[in-house]
Amino acid sequence: MTALYLTLLIPLAATLAFAVIGHWRHAGTLNLLICVATFVTSLQLALEVFAGGPLMSPGKLFYIDAFNVYLILVNALVGLTTAIFSRPYMAHEVAIGRVDDVRMRLYHSMYQGFLLTMLVALSTNNLGLLWVAVEGATLATVLLVSLYRTPESIEAGWKYFIICGVGIAQALFGTVLIYFAAERALPGAENVLLWSVLKEHAGQLEPAVLTLAFVFLLVGYGTKIGLVPLHNWLPDAHSEGPTPMSAILSGLLLNIALYAVVRYKMLMEPALGNQLPGYLMMGFGMLSFSVAAILLHRQRDVKRMFSYSSIEHMGLMTFAFGLGGPLATFGALLHMIVHSLTKSAIFVTVGHAAHVAGTQSIEKIRGLIRTQPAVGWTFLLGTVAIAGFPPFGVFTSEFLLFSATMKSMPWLVIPLLVGLTVAFAGLFRHLQPMVFGEPPEGQAPVKANMLPVLLHLVLVLWLGIAIPDVLARWLDQATIMVVGKGLL
Amino acid sequence: MALTQLPLTEQVVLTLAALILFSSFLLLAQSRIVSLIHTFAWQGALLFAVTCLMAVASGRHHLFISAALTLALKVFFIPWMLRRLVVRLDIRREVETVGGSSLVMIGGGALVLFSYYVALPIRELSFLATRNTIAISLAVVLVGMLMIITRRKAVAQVIGFMSMENGLFFAAVSATYGMPMVVELGIAFDVLVAAILFGIFFFQLRSGIGSLNVDHLNRLHEVDR
Repeated sequence: MTALYLTLLIPLAATLAFAVIGHWRHAGTLNLLICVATFVTSLQLALEVFAGGPLMSPGKLFYIDAFNVYLILVNALVGLTTAIFSRPYMAHEVAIGRVDDVRMRLYHSMYQGFLLTMLVALSTNNLGLLWVAVEGATLATVLLVSLYRTPESIEAGWKYFIICGVGIAQALFGTVLIYFAAERALPGAENVLLWSVLKEHAGQLEPAVLTLAFVFLLVGYGTKIGLVPLHNWLPDAHSEGPTPMSAILSGLLLNIALYAVVRYKMLMEPALGNQLPGYLMMGFGMLSFSVAAILLHRQRDVKRMFSYSSIEHMGLMTFAFGLGGPLATFGALLHMIVHSLTKSAIFVTVGHAAHVAGTQSIEKIRGLIRTQPAVGWTFLLGTVAIAGFPPFGVFTSEFLLFSATMKSMPWLVIPLLVGLTVAFAGLFRHLQPMVFGEPPEGQAPVKANMLPVLLHLVLVLWLGIAIPDVLARWLDQATIMVVGKGLL
Repeated sequence: MALTQLPLTEQVVLTLAALILFSSFLLLAQSRIVSLIHTFAWQGALLFAVTCLMAVASGRHHLFISAALTLALKVFFIPWMLRRLVVRLDIRREVETVGGSSLVMIGGGALVLFSYYVALPIRELSFLATRNTIAISLAVVLVGMLMIITRRKAVAQVIGFMSMENGLFFAAVSATYGMPMVVELGIAFDVLVAAILFGIFFFQLRSGIGSLNVDHLNRLHEVDR
């Protein structure tokens, strides 16, 4: 339990401290050290849960099981590696005068605040607190999106704020409905908004209210996942903010929202006794997947292009969780990890590439592999990985998803394959000249730390070649939690 | 059942619910910024009255804390802050012509009907004193959303956003006697932070695009042209 409290308290303390000292010359290093500490405690937490089963805090406010603990670990890891990248990147931004001291305080404070809200969202047992934390994550990042104060970034920030705020309000209405249903069904019971209590009594809840609630919840949290047609904020927010922010937004925030939806689906499906939540998720997932794959082709900003790729992958995961069954769920859980790792690695590389070229415009980034081979090669490998080529982990998880689809709904494999091909073409037609083209005169390499990228890509490669036994059993435990049946 | 046959508390709650919905429509049609802020404060005051009434009627005293939070945040702090910002940004006298205002009002009416339609399955199983309130709170949320869609001024959009939040709070209070305390506090904190962030954004919008008219936010497109 101590490990959990530390995992939450360290970022909380850091949020407050950075509000005062975030502009300090060594704040970036301190940020990194704090992320290391959070990672160590969350690793400790994961080991505890792995050895001793689910943990419940004494007040029942926090509940850690196999499903959320691995996401906590991914969260802490990506937070850590992004902090490694953020240190020199933000130092460069300060050096060229794009951000001043006040904004550096804001940046570091909110970096930790964002990690904190996500950790709270993952670890809490209270569905109301889950909402508060997800909304908190929006509030923490909204000023970071507009950190550069360009008209574009302010527009992106405003859009992000309004669209996500309106969306997430629907989720609160859904939460109120769930609470309403629970109060009717379990009169006099305490803490009926706790997930563990609701799960126990799911069968007693009124199906009509639950169905209505799930629609609101899916629309609300779906806005945060970036599901089409509520995705408009996502490419803007990801492309206009500082690159470390794009990496953690894309790698982590979207996962948290999907996590919330899956938690509710776990609650609903046994209670309703029908497949409605699953079908809704499959529909929205498939729509997002296909639309994003097509829109990839029409992008001119490299970060926007990869945010559409995020929408595409989130759609695929939503589809897989909706499909249900052990195989699809296992694949989706694995995909959450590999997508987080790969996508944040790509955003880090894109950040370096944008520094090399001095712009984010796809048409102006040319010849990376000649100017700075380290950046060029990792850019190429990262894109190969995200497009789903073997031997990377994304291939493995997509293969599992496709096998599951083939088993239960073979016709749906066709749009999935078409979507993947279209997305692949979209990524590579833009990637080709950026990596191999003729570099413009005077393009010089920048100081880049490729360690986080390499670490992520090696992990993804490892997961693609051989999933370690520990992780496989772990994901299997999570699969059992989600669908009631394991794969192994 | 006629309204007069219900117990007195229910009659009062239903009347207040109707007034809250009415204030939502006032917000939808009001074109002067300062009056808009005042109407929003009145909506908060009505919400405060409902919460106090529910607290007395149900004997759940934690609702008084929610009521106090509502009074502090939505009746005083947020309207005060918005008003101050409006004065500082010198947009007090600005009048926003709501495009196709009669259409917007009909749209609002349609949303109320829709809310009743959606809430039908709930109403039938509810044993609560206040059956209509879920439908009305949903209507307040949706009308707030409509307001965000139809308005072009950032301040009006923020008020639409906050009035959606009022609808949600009303749903929680009337359907379930409020959320658990930790959640209430969390939501109030989020609303407070959101209000402050909106204030910061007004200045960013003013310095970044030179106006608080969101029509000028037109640089980012889904696909490039």
